[in-house]
Amino acid sequence: MNEEDEELVARMRAGDEEAFVSLVARHHASMLRLANSFVSSRAVAEEVVQDTWMGVLRGLDGFAGRSSFKTWLLRILVNRARTTGMRERRSVAIGDAAPAVDASRFDASGAWSSPPQHWVEDSDDRLLAQSLAQRIEQGLAQLPERQREVVTMRDVDGLSSREVCEVLDISEANQRVLLHRGRSHLRQALEDAVSP
Amino acid sequence: MVTDYLEGALSRGQRKRLDAHLAGCEHCSEYLAQMRATIALTGRLRSEDFTPEMREEFGDIYRRWRAEED
Repeated sequence: MNEEDEELVARMRAGDEEAFVSLVARHHASMLRLANSFVSSRAVAEEVVQDTWMGVLRGLDGFAGRSSFKTWLLRILVNRARTTGMRERRSVAIGDAAPAVDASRFDASGAWSSPPQHWVEDSDDRLLAQSLAQRIEQGLAQLPERQREVVTMRDVDGLSSREVCEVLDISEANQRVLLHRGRSHLRQALEDAVSP
Repeated sequence: MVTDYLEGALSRGQRKRLDAHLAGCEHCSEYLAQMRATIALTGRLRSEDFTPEMREEFGDIYRRWRAEED
């Protein structure tokens, strides 16, 4: 995948519009979603994505190939998205400091007093999967920004932990903490959806 | 801890202890399975379509840039 990016970049530098559009199309979904992590509206996210590509074209000479094209691209996106938007929260964000699993679910000896309700196999059922997907979208929107960024990049987009650290300029340990908290909130949201 | 486990960030000793615990604890195993399922579901969120309109917009952006360059 990485090689193809570099190949398209070379062609687009040489005047190939198709190559540019292919490159844009390839990264469109992940860029839009990531931009949406930072800004409040879809329209603004699309503008951020366009601005990013304009910045990419103008800054091409600055891409020395030290990182992969994708991480370079996403770094530009993250910088633009951050400066563009304070995200207006439509609902109350969950605090960063909340424990991954509520303490009241464990008894004094540390054992589960209120164990996780089973829902894993059911999640293969298509209708349920659709409603769970909606719940995850909602859950993502409610996460603190930094957790949302990491979960979006790792779990929605499938970037590696190293790539995420490069794009966001954070340490591996920091990334893991954010990932864990974000995933925990999502797991809880799904549990709440399945077992009211 | 669970995420460290999934990320391969635990030491061998820690991982062995966690595996041993999981073997005997259905609740924690359930929790781990749920985390995995959550991750899998998150990975299947619907992708954005790249429409012909978008193709045109970006074609424009590219052509304008080429014009700037010349």
